[in-house]
Amino acid sequence: MITLTINGKPRPFSGDPEMPLLWVLRDEFNLKGAKFGCGMGLCGACTVHVNGEPARSCLMTAAEMSGKSITTIEGLSVDGSHPVQLAWEAIDVPQCGYCQAGQMMTACALLAKTPNPNDVEIDSAMSGNLCRCGTYRRIRAAVHQAAELGKVRK
Amino acid sequence: MKINRRFFLRASVIAGGGFMVGLHPIAKLKAQGPPGANQPLSPADFVSISSDGIATIVAKNQELGQGALNLLPMMIAEELDVDWKTVRVVRSGVGPQYGGQITGGSTATPSNWEPMRRIGAAARQMIVAAAAQTWGVAAEECSTASGVVYHRASSRSLRYGELAAKAATMPVPAFTSLKLKDPKDYKIIGTTTAGIETKEILTGKPIFGIDVTVPGMLYASFEKTPVLGGKVVSANLDAIKSMKGVKHAFVVEGVPMANPYPNYLFEGPGFEAGVAIVADSWWAAQSARKKLEVKWDFGKWATQESEANARRADELAAQPAGRTLRKEGDPEAAFQREDVKVVQARYEFPFIAHATLEPQNCTAHFKDGKMEIWSTSQFPAPGRTTVARLLGIPETDVTLHMVRAGGGFGRRAYNDSMCEAAWISKTVGAPVKLLWSREDDIRHDYYRCGGFQYFKAAIDRGGKLLAWKNHFVAYGEGDAFVHDGGFNAGEFPAGYVENLLVQASKMPLGLKTGALRAPGSNSIAWVMQSFIDEVAHAAGADPAQFRLALLKKSTAGTAPVDPRARALNPARMSGVLQLAMEKSGWGQRTLRPGAALGIAFHFSHGGYFAEVAEVAVDAKKQVTVNKVWVVGDIGSHVINPSSAENQVQGAVVDGLSEMIQEITLKNGHVVQSNYHDHSMLRMPQAPAIEVSFLKTNNPPTGLGEPALPPILPAVANAIFSATGERIRTLPMTKQGFRFA
Repeated sequence: MITLTINGKPRPFSGDPEMPLLWVLRDEFNLKGAKFGCGMGLCGACTVHVNGEPARSCLMTAAEMSGKSITTIEGLSVDGSHPVQLAWEAIDVPQCGYCQAGQMMTACALLAKTPNPNDVEIDSAMSGNLCRCGTYRRIRAAVHQAAELGKVRK
Repeated sequence: MKINRRFFLRASVIAGGGFMVGLHPIAKLKAQGPPGANQPLSPADFVSISSDGIATIVAKNQELGQGALNLLPMMIAEELDVDWKTVRVVRSGVGPQYGGQITGGSTATPSNWEPMRRIGAAARQMIVAAAAQTWGVAAEECSTASGVVYHRASSRSLRYGELAAKAATMPVPAFTSLKLKDPKDYKIIGTTTAGIETKEILTGKPIFGIDVTVPGMLYASFEKTPVLGGKVVSANLDAIKSMKGVKHAFVVEGVPMANPYPNYLFEGPGFEAGVAIVADSWWAAQSARKKLEVKWDFGKWATQESEANARRADELAAQPAGRTLRKEGDPEAAFQREDVKVVQARYEFPFIAHATLEPQNCTAHFKDGKMEIWSTSQFPAPGRTTVARLLGIPETDVTLHMVRAGGGFGRRAYNDSMCEAAWISKTVGAPVKLLWSREDDIRHDYYRCGGFQYFKAAIDRGGKLLAWKNHFVAYGEGDAFVHDGGFNAGEFPAGYVENLLVQASKMPLGLKTGALRAPGSNSIAWVMQSFIDEVAHAAGADPAQFRLALLKKSTAGTAPVDPRARALNPARMSGVLQLAMEKSGWGQRTLRPGAALGIAFHFSHGGYFAEVAEVAVDAKKQVTVNKVWVVGDIGSHVINPSSAENQVQGAVVDGLSEMIQEITLKNGHVVQSNYHDHSMLRMPQAPAIEVSFLKTNNPPTGLGEPALPPILPAVANAIFSATGERIRTLPMTKQGFRFA
């Protein structure tokens, strides 16, 4: 039995300890926000936070997550009111939307450490997240806007 | 959607005092389905007004990120004359009554522009008639705004919701007699509306195909033959079945395609042979698959190699062409003149995969002889037909639910994963979610077809293009190119050069090919607009001015043309070209050393696009695309402006990715497997993209595709201007270039 902390709640898991966190989240705990794109850490669609750091949930096993604190897109806010979500909505970022949960989780982690990033810092932090629809420039604009919204909140 | 003869308008009452207007098929319409079957057709209701005034509008086309859930409902809502915020958009079911539910070819806007607006106008007219009767006034004295009918003369008003029950009893107008709004009064068309599912996307709600969950569902992974047409000889099924979580493991014989080079879209895709593993979790199925040992009989394509195909293309190019697609004037005589400069070049472009970020998947539940499917298909209606044929059941016993797709780009026009899921569910007698791995997705695509072009042009002493020849060498057998692997004989500059020869030769191919965003155009624009650029430079002309001059020289009508050839309107193309020059400061700006502009245009899918790219190339051949200017003419209206700009910017990024991608074959196997060897642009490489629309008095047309093709030649032409090296082979990495 492994106990993971997911979005603040302890969640016991008794399945295959080698199962990647992504599938634990999606198929065991029905948290479908993190997406499967490549299974090799190449696309970033499965990005979640592990102890506050952005991580590729497709590459980490359930066993490795024991005692760790995991935040998924579902844990950002219940109603889409997190600054990153508000900024993404205001900039009208998504096309298909499949990559955007991963993009937002990466952006959140960036803003937590670098509250007012410049373009180069954003590009560098976000370069591991693919967007097949090509919304990159809107994502960058949304990260800037989220930084502004974050300041207002504080 | 052709509706005038096949459908009539009908209104009906809904519970709670509302009413509903839709298109109802004429009873004798022959439905799609098992050959010879005539099915009862159910009505297709598109708009309903409830007594509380909420307008529920049905979106009949699949959402892949191109904004279909907004586009067609916006057309209805505009003519209905309601506030967009009172509109609730719902997905339709799938069936022939919806008049063709095909999302592809940028057709949703042009084919639905008339019917969707007329449906909205019909509902509005019936509501106005109800108000007029209530007040005892003439309908002509009434006006509407934001879901309210007004009789200004007597200062009376009634909300649509109050009139809905009565509206249902009003005479249904004739579809073609409806009066449509003056476009200057539009309040919704031309105004940005937020994506219908944006909130759900941003909060991680389970709205995609991969997220579908059905009670009692099992999960499938399917190992398919790595070589087209291969068969399973044997497999260690007993060992697989004994693995943890595995419920079933069995050989799937596969179904051959309808003919060797079929129209996969409508004749059924067939599906490949392999081994299906069904388990209580996808991870269990996928883990078991790692232990799977299959003995294959790969069949006739097991020795196919990309390099051999390239050598064969050169051999065919040196021989008399297999077929002449178009001939005008006397090109051979022009090439032999002594006073001409001859330019020759060979171009090569690769196969590429769609690589939608959401891998192919489908959930199917076969129960009591009936099939229920949840699918991200772009072609759901043909998919329903195909599944019915595959399982030998009536089409009416196949219920298909459309689910949001994580990108389409043409890949989901092919219903192979739907067929597989249906087959596996029927075999195991349980609901099954089939999910492909990324490797499955890259290696079992319907690839953008590769090809070769051999060019020759003659320029006279005045710098005029005197003769043009291109010999297209690609794949096919007999008269048929492989699916979406042909060449448009009307492609510019055909019709603009006195002496022209367009020829084609073919070689066989053991790989499935298909439509990738702007099919045909995504490769043709690059080769044609690159070689035109070569000719312009050889003529000592400015490449933009050279194109403008060529566009003035229409010779159209001087020779018989393949009726399937799609030809552009030179005035519209000149319009976007000139505006792109103006926006980018073409010829007006001094760029720093190593930087240069490139220009290109292309007409496809009804849209006219000219694009200018500013690139900088360093000594290591690292290319930075600083900025791209896009000018498009898609007619009189841009329906949803923010979404439209997003589509165009995405098309540019997509086109840049196509400059670094390739799929190659070794021993009949696809070499590439994931995003490390079939990569795409990442954020630091994405340029600023300035989008402008030139509005012209033409019906609006679609935007998913036509913005993509010109970006490849615009960048390649800029790289030539910056470095003096012409990119004649894609991916450009073959010539040592890469994006910084």
